[in-house]
Amino acid sequence: MYGNRSEGLAYLSPFLIGLVVFTLFPFVASLALSFTDYHLQDRLDSARFVGIDNYASLVDDRTFKQSLFVTLIYVFVTVPLKLAFALFIAYVLNFKLRAIGFFRTAYYLPSILGGSVAVAVVWRYVFAGDGLINQVLEGLGAGGVNWLGEPDTAMFTIMLLRLWQFGSAMVIFLAGLQAIPSDLYEAAKIDGAGAWRTFFRITLPILTPVVFFNFIMQVIQAFQEFNGPYIITGGGPLKSTYLLPLMIYEESFKYFDMGYASAISWVLFALTAVCAAAAFSSSRYWVFYAQDEAK
Amino acid sequence: MAQSSVALRDVVKTFGAAPVIKGLSLTVEPGEFAVFVGPSGCGKSTLLRLIAGLETPTSGTVRISDRDVTHVHPSKRGIAMVFQSYALYPHMTVAQNMAFGLKIRGMTKTEANARVKRAADILQMDQLLDRKPRALSGGQRQRAAIGRAIVREPDVFLFDEPLSNLDAALRGQMRVELARLHAQLGTTMIYVTHDQVEAMTLANKIVVLNGGRIEQIGRPLDLYRRPANVFVAGFIGSPKMNFLDGKVSASGVGATTIALPDGPVALPFGDGRIKSGDVVKIGVRPEDFRLARDDAARAFEGRVVLVEPLGGETIAHIALDGGAETLVVKLSGEAYVAAGAPIRVAVEPQRIHLFDSDGVAVAPKEA
Repeated sequence: MYGNRSEGLAYLSPFLIGLVVFTLFPFVASLALSFTDYHLQDRLDSARFVGIDNYASLVDDRTFKQSLFVTLIYVFVTVPLKLAFALFIAYVLNFKLRAIGFFRTAYYLPSILGGSVAVAVVWRYVFAGDGLINQVLEGLGAGGVNWLGEPDTAMFTIMLLRLWQFGSAMVIFLAGLQAIPSDLYEAAKIDGAGAWRTFFRITLPILTPVVFFNFIMQVIQAFQEFNGPYIITGGGPLKSTYLLPLMIYEESFKYFDMGYASAISWVLFALTAVCAAAAFSSSRYWVFYAQDEAK
Repeated sequence: MAQSSVALRDVVKTFGAAPVIKGLSLTVEPGEFAVFVGPSGCGKSTLLRLIAGLETPTSGTVRISDRDVTHVHPSKRGIAMVFQSYALYPHMTVAQNMAFGLKIRGMTKTEANARVKRAADILQMDQLLDRKPRALSGGQRQRAAIGRAIVREPDVFLFDEPLSNLDAALRGQMRVELARLHAQLGTTMIYVTHDQVEAMTLANKIVVLNGGRIEQIGRPLDLYRRPANVFVAGFIGSPKMNFLDGKVSASGVGATTIALPDGPVALPFGDGRIKSGDVVKIGVRPEDFRLARDDAARAFEGRVVLVEPLGGETIAHIALDGGAETLVVKLSGEAYVAAGAPIRVAVEPQRIHLFDSDGVAVAPKEA
């Protein structure tokens, strides 16, 4: 029975090695480093244990507080908007339309492309002072906007990039919508429910497990957003798009302060965990599961 | 509750290029329990959905109580529908499921609650009102779905194979409850099923459908006793009717002789439509056969190939001598039949059904 264990482990080894080397080890190491003053240019054994100094410093760090603030704004604005937008598109794409397969593919494409560096680069050009958007605006007779130069519009621009990547959430919503039996809609029709009421009283409640799943995934992803602000705005102007992952990156690889960067990482992790935990504990009030109760 | 008639006139329904209902007219009288029955794909569910308004006919009209509802929204037709899958809203309690449509119609909470209570009383499911569908058994879900239909106080109830997801015992029990419900409410009910036992036991009127057309409409026993054609004869009755191919050897009004492979059969009827030499079919119900006495004038002889003892009755499958044909006969449970043994069975000539070469019944027998 267990004779093949070593052979089985051998097959699993690529994954196990990857998990240990690139996930578990950095995870534990960063926790340890967050209690040290380790700098990247120093030898690791010169790192000094400093207790919770790094965490204590965060409290007075205005840059950190600004970064935390814009991160929370970014997450709490983009996640609901992106979910609503993805659900809306999924709802539309759930109708039996001509060439629906084409539309589903077309709407999913930005998600595959959206997170990439290349699209972030394109985004920067599109929203540049002489970029496509401003050219169109000027062509229409409206004045151009300094998209990336003003704090508010810069944040808007990177938020828009996030919304544009609605495809993966949309595909999951679409699968959820298609799993709703059509005779429920027919029953609602006979009950006299119109489109709005059917959506809010039938579709949405049944879809809440999918909403919940997408919400958790989107919160996690939004807290980790890096490419967009790094490439498009560099965190500026005036640190208005300086999301926490950007700060972690700069603290560790620009200022080489690994201890401090690790501490920020753990704050970000705790923040994500708290949001997820809050979502889970609230879920029994709003997430509905149709499965049979265990008898 | 009001009693309403339902009338379909020249209704045609096509999906794409495929005609599903091919020009069909029928009337369900007020207070009737009409059952649409037929094999899969015969169009019976489509017909029900046309009445419900979930489909619109390609041509023809649908009237409920003399009102043309062909293009009226399902919620405004005065109908309630019970679905095969129950279609209960899974996130609502039974009471909320029932009250959902009432609230949309602007009914006050008090009035809606009173109706829900009344329906629960009728269905004896008071204690289940606060449960969600997932906490109900199949039969309870079915009752909840019926409850949702009852609270609407519809002019017409529509049932789409409501019992087919239940096990056999529960199906029998729910059948009785539905019959009781109809007796109690007196409302017009239209019921779709592929199960001819449900059709026979529940209906005042059975509509037998096949390939988008009506084969026959009638009271259950009329269909059983006087099937209009081979299709109805074969569909109604279980085990199904035996058919034997033959040729008319002599014909006249009131008497016909059919030549079968194993000898002639004299029938005490005939309508002059069929002529000597015509290819015909005779049909005999399994329950109309008796073990033949030694002096029987005409017996079918063969060998028992299979015996199905059901206790009260025994079903024997007989391979006829001198032919490839098999008879299924239903005998008394006490009859001694053994597989492999020779057997002789006979039938009263007036219990034989005769069908012409087009499968149309000849001189349907009087009841």
